[in-house]
Amino acid sequence: MRELAYYEAKFEALHEIMAGDERVHLINGTFLSLSPHRHVYQELVKKYPDRIMSPPISELGFCGLATGAAMAGLRPVVDISTGSFIFEGWPQVANEAANAFSMSGGQTRVPVVFHLFHGLRGGGAAQHSASPQAMLWNNPGLEIALPSSPRDVKGLLKTAVASDNPTIFVDHVQLLEVKGEVPENDAPIPFGVADVKRQGSDVTVISTSYMVQRCLRVAEKLSAEKISVEVVDPRTLVPFDMATLMTSVEKTGRVVIVDETHQSCGVAAEIAARIAETGFDKLKAPPRRVATLDVPVPYSPPLEEYIGPREDRIIEAIRAVLR
Amino acid sequence: MLPKVSREMLLDFCRRMFIIRHFEESLVSLHDQGVFGGHYHLYIGQEATGVIALSCLRSDDYLFTTHRNHGHLLARGAEPKRLLAEILGRSDGYNKGKGGSFHTVVPALGFLHTSAVVAGIIPLATGTAYAAKALKNGRITVCLFGDGALEEGAAPEAFNLASLWKLPVLFLCENNGKYGAGRATGAAQSSTMAAFPLTDLPKAYKVPAQQIDGLDSGTVHATIAETVEKIRRGEGPQFIEAQTVRWPGSETNWPSVAQPTDSSLAWDVSDVPEKVREWYRSCDPLLIFIRELVDAQQATRAEIAAIEKKVKAEIAEAVSFAVASPYPRPEEAAKDYFA
Repeated sequence: MRELAYYEAKFEALHEIMAGDERVHLINGTFLSLSPHRHVYQELVKKYPDRIMSPPISELGFCGLATGAAMAGLRPVVDISTGSFIFEGWPQVANEAANAFSMSGGQTRVPVVFHLFHGLRGGGAAQHSASPQAMLWNNPGLEIALPSSPRDVKGLLKTAVASDNPTIFVDHVQLLEVKGEVPENDAPIPFGVADVKRQGSDVTVISTSYMVQRCLRVAEKLSAEKISVEVVDPRTLVPFDMATLMTSVEKTGRVVIVDETHQSCGVAAEIAARIAETGFDKLKAPPRRVATLDVPVPYSPPLEEYIGPREDRIIEAIRAVLR
Repeated sequence: MLPKVSREMLLDFCRRMFIIRHFEESLVSLHDQGVFGGHYHLYIGQEATGVIALSCLRSDDYLFTTHRNHGHLLARGAEPKRLLAEILGRSDGYNKGKGGSFHTVVPALGFLHTSAVVAGIIPLATGTAYAAKALKNGRITVCLFGDGALEEGAAPEAFNLASLWKLPVLFLCENNGKYGAGRATGAAQSSTMAAFPLTDLPKAYKVPAQQIDGLDSGTVHATIAETVEKIRRGEGPQFIEAQTVRWPGSETNWPSVAQPTDSSLAWDVSDVPEKVREWYRSCDPLLIFIRELVDAQQATRAEIAAIEKKVKAEIAEAVSFAVASPYPRPEEAAKDYFA
């Protein structure tokens, strides 16, 4: 099967989306952050100059503009770029876009996508490293997708743009160079369908976004010790596929959740709570979370590495639930 | 000065202003009887701005309004009974009771989203304008907000975007604090802006801006009609500040009616309580309008009284309808939050 780099799969999706629906407008950014490949965005800009806009540095303004344009029939995709910047547009995302359909009694649809790069990216420090998806999960009315592979980024981006709901598309710069199989003419990936990224029998590791890649590396290492790790990727937080997760949990009886949001009220916390509520009797050990420590993200490399879901912390948690 | 339109249209303006006035006064009474509990904001005192300005639009134009939306919806033709049912949280409300006074929308009339954050709609209005421009459907957007909205950062960010991209949007700022002392001096009204006059703010972003007397229906009509044409021709955004005098009943945190409106007040305010008499004598746009109608021999006092009587009956029916409308079933709360 054909292999693509993650960024290539993402741009293949953007090209197909732009060609397939003239209601789609891209607003801000390059969808590749500071990647050396970001020039590929210029191909899109040249092809669709009237549908690709570079607004002033006004997140509040252009998040609102995109939301209003979605209400009036367009399908805008906004690149917030660095995830922390969503805080500048927060009122329009959390208080206007997310509420519009409900407040209107189910009349006003808001098919807007807010794309952002979250997480520890290497030297981002406290104001360029946020993972706002847990806060956004706590704000009803938003769909949230987090791809972890080239195939997923293409399939999920297409579904995000086709959705009639406001959608947060959570990306990670550390994924951009990851290579993987992407079939030609692959179908969009529906939201709410988790993916078992690696089969295993001893322990279920649930992880999201870039952490899926890290967990796959850990699983490979531990296989040398005859520890069989199953890696499950929910792929979307809203909607959330509990059934696939529970199938795995029932098989292994042991769960570690690895996610880059901060630990308290984080993505891992919510998943752990749901598993405990749904399948406490299926668990042979308490679920363990490996999340980012509850501190503002520090700049210096060893400090930044220390607070994240490091490989050694993931391995320690897996060993703990297996004891 | 009356708008230069047909007598038929003038009488229709009169009817719509009466609908707003009696709807809003009924609401105070329903609230005071405990029929509904949420906070609410009334449009009394701004009828000449809303009714006349919205008459200058096409039926497919977009409108955005705020917490003070009842008058705009009614001016555009919303049914009083369904608006009232929404405010009372009933299932026959325009939004099935999910929005309430703060958030009523009527998409068929061009109102897609009503935000109760004072400047929340200003970026959204640039969005519908952007979409209309992209889709080349000739629609314009009118964004109706109060002077306080200019204090939030969303306003200048949106003015900048609208100006840079020449978006077809009219920012219609209704400043109902013409003589207001402002919060700086302890009054619960009016804006606290270093940019003064308020038109300085949009002008900094090269958005043409003007101030008009929102009590003068003729000025409102002439200005809005001309401005809307400029926007439709593709000249980009415009800003208008319509000044009105805050209705005394809106000076308190919870609205109160010291003097129920009757068209006879247009000619005799001697029985109006002294503390609010001056407002009804010289600052009430509805009474000014009907006085001008009679002076210009466009209607007799009897004809105006007959219009008012009919409106009062319609509002009474709306009250009966809304009060009789059932509350939504509690389980509805968990539905319709995703498309």
